[in-house]
Amino acid sequence: MSVASIKKSGPFAHGYSTVQKTMFLVLLALAPATAFNLYLFGWPAILLFTVTIGACVAIEAGCLALAGKPVKATLADCSAILTGWLLAMSLPPWAPWWVGILAAIFAIALAKHAFGGLGQNVFNPAMVGRTVMLISFPVSMTIWVAPHPLFSAGAPGLLEAFAITFGGNMPDTMSAASALGYIKTELSRGIPVTQSMGQVPDLMDMALGFRAGSLGETSALLILAGGLFLMAKRIISWHIPVSMMGSLFLIAALFHAIDPARFTSGIFHLLSGATFLGAFFIATDYVTSPVSKPGQIIFGIGVGLLTWSIRNFAGYPEGVAFAVLLMNSLTPIIDQYTRPRAFGRSRKGEPLPLEKKP
Amino acid sequence: MKLFPIRGGIHPDYRKELASEKAIVALPMPAALYIPLQQHVGAPAEVLVREGDLVKKGQMIARSGGAVSSPQHAATSGQIKSVTDIPAPHPSGLAQTTIIIEPDGKDEWIELPEPIADPFTVDPHAIHERVAQSGIVGMGGAAFPSAVKLNLGTQKKLEILLLNGAECEPYLTCDDRVMREYPEEIIDGARIMAHALGTARVVIAIEQNKPQAIEIMTRAASAFAEVEVIGVSVQYPMGSERHLVQAITGLETPARKLTADLGVVVHNVSTARAVHHAVRFGRPLVARVVTVSGGAIREPRNVWTPIGARIADLVEFCGGFSARPESVVNGGPMMGQPLATLDAPVVKGTSGILALTAEEINDRPTSACIRCGSCITICPCGLSPVEMAAFIRKDNLDVAAKLGVMDCFSCGSCSWVCPSHIPLVHYFNYAKGALNDLELERRKNERVKTLAEARTIRIEKATEAKRAALAARKPASDAAPPAAGAEAKAAIEEKATS
Repeated sequence: MSVASIKKSGPFAHGYSTVQKTMFLVLLALAPATAFNLYLFGWPAILLFTVTIGACVAIEAGCLALAGKPVKATLADCSAILTGWLLAMSLPPWAPWWVGILAAIFAIALAKHAFGGLGQNVFNPAMVGRTVMLISFPVSMTIWVAPHPLFSAGAPGLLEAFAITFGGNMPDTMSAASALGYIKTELSRGIPVTQSMGQVPDLMDMALGFRAGSLGETSALLILAGGLFLMAKRIISWHIPVSMMGSLFLIAALFHAIDPARFTSGIFHLLSGATFLGAFFIATDYVTSPVSKPGQIIFGIGVGLLTWSIRNFAGYPEGVAFAVLLMNSLTPIIDQYTRPRAFGRSRKGEPLPLEKKP
Repeated sequence: MKLFPIRGGIHPDYRKELASEKAIVALPMPAALYIPLQQHVGAPAEVLVREGDLVKKGQMIARSGGAVSSPQHAATSGQIKSVTDIPAPHPSGLAQTTIIIEPDGKDEWIELPEPIADPFTVDPHAIHERVAQSGIVGMGGAAFPSAVKLNLGTQKKLEILLLNGAECEPYLTCDDRVMREYPEEIIDGARIMAHALGTARVVIAIEQNKPQAIEIMTRAASAFAEVEVIGVSVQYPMGSERHLVQAITGLETPARKLTADLGVVVHNVSTARAVHHAVRFGRPLVARVVTVSGGAIREPRNVWTPIGARIADLVEFCGGFSARPESVVNGGPMMGQPLATLDAPVVKGTSGILALTAEEINDRPTSACIRCGSCITICPCGLSPVEMAAFIRKDNLDVAAKLGVMDCFSCGSCSWVCPSHIPLVHYFNYAKGALNDLELERRKNERVKTLAEARTIRIEKATEAKRAALAARKPASDAAPPAAGAEAKAAIEEKATS
């Protein structure tokens, strides 16, 4: 009596995690912070968010079809939605529609599929999309708005939002500077941090998210909640977030202590820009970060230190995206040097010496 | 007692409740028994019987085929129907030489060897001899001849006999049941083995998901100061020999060494029971407990099965299939082997027969690796499955070997955890097979090369000797210019040494 044909060796049991489930949980973790920011920045943000994700999914479908890969089955893994979601969160909330579409092309077609699709890309697709746009269209990519919650006085209605997103009618009076950008500009005019800090939102508002910034990055607290949820679900571990934010905080606090007129505080660095979003959702991207825990700590420290350096010494006020991309390029090397030690062998792969008996 | 952590591991669905409360029941004697000559690691046994011979239960029908081998015994009385090739319980389904017995229904024992009167005072060799003659092999699944392992005490100073009752594979409950139903036999067998090994202590390790077994064994062991029962944490693959030793002693067995080098020898609990039977009653290993379970089995059971019963007989005894099994597995779901046919027999290393539904196996199409790193986090051997698999896919086996693929013992944790359902273990099994073949080929080539070189040197020496003899016979005056002769000689010497 012969039984079913034998296709492969064991195990004949499997855990319940799937790529799709993983991606879905990340989306779920992003939802509160996103919902809050969509509310905060109103209809134009909702339109841009929709356009960006739609473009990412459409481009993913096109690339898959071109590469002759199964389109429906691969789209179902939700990875394009996640990339589009993170990309949208990193764009200025009232940016015009073409920003979202161009960014999606760079993210999905160039950063992801040109490298071979899911799992093959060296650089974080969303961050490639954002930085290429930032370098190519510095003006459109740095127009920030102060929060204009939905339905509040002065907030654009749906029709006005269409004019802003699709007609390019950004009302001049609406724009505002991000805290990091404001302080950088003031410094360049010779105004010390100690003085310019008075003009940025206080720390409580920054933690809650009532500040100008990218579409999804402003609420540190809700992003933290999402990050903790992912940790509880064992999707991410503490290694990258803690090492990245820890190193950023320590170096910022150190220099702030040395020269408070030149350098902002550690807390300010943590709560401004994309620190939280980057630490929990971007630097932790599986594909582009190291696979081993020690490697992840090195990676996180690198991202933290580079972020601080770029914020303080480079031409751009914000550095998380650049820092992540730079460390992405080191990931293969970090992986090579942080392999775990094999059972019964030394780090070099030699058999261990015999220990004393029990 | 303080326990030590082991690296990685997983927590699969154990599903032991399917069979854990089913007391051991004996399989009615089937119409024929199929006893393969190779049921163990090492050389196959050599046949002692011929077609038509009448045999009694416990009679040796094939003798040990070498230093690492094991004899086979008739599991019941009857007539030898034939000695022929039938499919082995192996994924290939390839045939191997098998003795087929037609039972006479009397189940009559042969005159067994005398019990060893006081096994704790006899020379350890008497015990080795008895265990070897009784055809006992490791019953946890590896099927390594137990007498060879019991002999380690003569070569190394040993401290602990570690009895493996972890049974970390899901579904399997045969060791659990044996521990619950025959605790005294196990402990007696273990004490005899400890004497044979020269170890002062016996530690019995049981995973904490078997609380009744721990309780019963602890009670049975309380009479003996040297025997200790320890509940170890539920973590697959806790039952791996090296990992269990680490959990108990904190010592990590170096690569290419044995746990015995650390003073610890590991045996399975059912093996200890078999030793008890052999020493106290002279009974060879002719039956074992097999867990028949899985979602496609109508009535999961723990079955006392004569060695050689067909798997089909076992399945039928357990009510047959209640659903179409996606796979029938010999052993546990993590490390067991898929069976090509139910006609294959139960052998000494068969701990379980599982008929699993597609839902239980939860296999899905493979998708792209997202580098989540789970496989690295859980690998109990500290390897990088994701990286090794990438190199093996490109058939870059040398790099895979450098990354340690030969250290992998195919526990299956990485395949189990992979969200992309990449069959990592399948890659590693392929690589291990291919690397073994390459190594054999290399050794063969080396041997051929050495032989060829030796031949060249031999021929050159002979030629030279001939030439020297020729030169010696000729008068010195008309010999070729001496310089030319010396040159030729030097050239030959150079060739011989290069």
